[in-house]
Amino acid sequence: MQAVRQLGAGVLNMLQGLGRSSLFLFNTLARTPPLLLRFKLVNQQIYSIGVLTFFIIALASFFVGMVLALQGINTLQRFGAEESVGLLVALSLVRELGPVVTALLFAGRAGTALTAEIGLMKSTEQLTAIEMMAIDPVARIVAPRLLGGFISMPILAMAFSVIGVAGGYLVAVGLMGVDAGAFWSQMQAGTEFGTDILSGIIKSIVFGFVVTWIAVFQGYDCVPTPEGVSRATNRTVVYSSLAVLMLDFIITALTLNSL
Amino acid sequence: MPQTDDNLIDVRDLQFGYGERPILSSVNVQIKRGNVVSIMGPSGCGKTTLMRLISGQVRPQQGSVTVDGLSVPELSGGELLNLRKRMGVLLQSGALLTDLNVYENVAFPLREHTRLSEELIRKIVLLKLQAVGLRGARHLMPSDLSGGMARRVALARAVVLDPVLVLYDEPFSGLDPIGKGIAAKLIREMNDALGLTSVLISHDVAETCEISDYIYLLGDGTVMGHGTPEELMASQEPLVQQFMNALPDGPVPFHYPARPYIEDLLGVAV
Repeated sequence: MQAVRQLGAGVLNMLQGLGRSSLFLFNTLARTPPLLLRFKLVNQQIYSIGVLTFFIIALASFFVGMVLALQGINTLQRFGAEESVGLLVALSLVRELGPVVTALLFAGRAGTALTAEIGLMKSTEQLTAIEMMAIDPVARIVAPRLLGGFISMPILAMAFSVIGVAGGYLVAVGLMGVDAGAFWSQMQAGTEFGTDILSGIIKSIVFGFVVTWIAVFQGYDCVPTPEGVSRATNRTVVYSSLAVLMLDFIITALTLNSL
Repeated sequence: MPQTDDNLIDVRDLQFGYGERPILSSVNVQIKRGNVVSIMGPSGCGKTTLMRLISGQVRPQQGSVTVDGLSVPELSGGELLNLRKRMGVLLQSGALLTDLNVYENVAFPLREHTRLSEELIRKIVLLKLQAVGLRGARHLMPSDLSGGMARRVALARAVVLDPVLVLYDEPFSGLDPIGKGIAAKLIREMNDALGLTSVLISHDVAETCEISDYIYLLGDGTVMGHGTPEELMASQEPLVQQFMNALPDGPVPFHYPARPYIEDLLGVAV
């Protein structure tokens, strides 16, 4: 009986959280249009969320591209098709690894920073102070961050794919002796804009939106104590990662079906 | 008791609680324009909650809260924001924005609410910082400030829009004697020089009595006594006496309610 009760309470809590976060998202989105007139606020967030995350994305993508090329050549050699490694690297990155790994790294670097920043502003009464200065904290603090994350993530995912391809090229052509012309021509011939690149871009837009939404909501909704902020930061990473992987499956299924 | 028609703040028959837990009941507070009025009382008696009710952060379950003729609980979101522009609030920690320096913190409300030129903003900010003695600290970040300095910057920020009312939440707590003295002097001088009305939430008897025109003493969620500092000091009311003279035991007991001591010691359960 106790277990059933706990299960029910858990489900109710989850539904309440979902409702609160949806209302929060609605309220935040309603406050984004005025930001177009004060784009400087969004620019600051693009810098701290996007630009400062770029280095970790660049480094990770370079290694992912190199590993893909190594593994790809190792397998393709069996069929004498090692020249297709460029295509394999590009498709893997553009369709899957680019958006997914970027989103996971984005949640770990930028998402946690957003949650901790907003959570600490709440626990140190900065949000209350802003409210008492007759300024809406959702409009001034949350909305620019949501928009900044939303804009940054697809750009980072694209950068991930491009740098990953460069890493793959270095290993395939520079180390393993694959012909450079074959590397690029196979890639160009086999990669479609509509089916491959666009589906990756759609994924990165959706992931960027969801991860930033989770991060700002967890920060704003946290219990304003050190422990509360720590738990909220933890939840941001867990929820974002799970959401990204689940949505990846759904979007892949939808795009493959319709194309 | 101050005259009703002169009152900037008028709280009547106020009742408030969180869920089932009552915090305030039958509270009546009238605050006269131009005065420094203190709300005092033991920790947890509902002082800060009363301030949150006056500033419209929470709504009462019963009773009325009127500020400058406006019924606060009935204000719409936009009307409340307009009222808050005329109300400065100094929170206990100062609550400076940690990513902005002292100058930008004080300039923040001006940048958000006005379209003044940069030159004019600079002049206003320097005027306010000069008033709190921190013009020279304008390039420092909040992390470089002591607790007292942070609160002075927050005071400059609270008055930068020239409000009619300033609410101070525990302005003396955690300050050294010099800091307390500075804070008390600033509150009184700012009030008189700028023609403000100031409301202090405090439990520091000496500093509060020194600068207050009138004091309300809260206890058990209601007003236990009110009057000028001299009247309260002379009061025979047990709680008023215990509080004003800092007595360790009295109507506010030293011990948290518990079962009898002997029974507890001989028992086994925690």
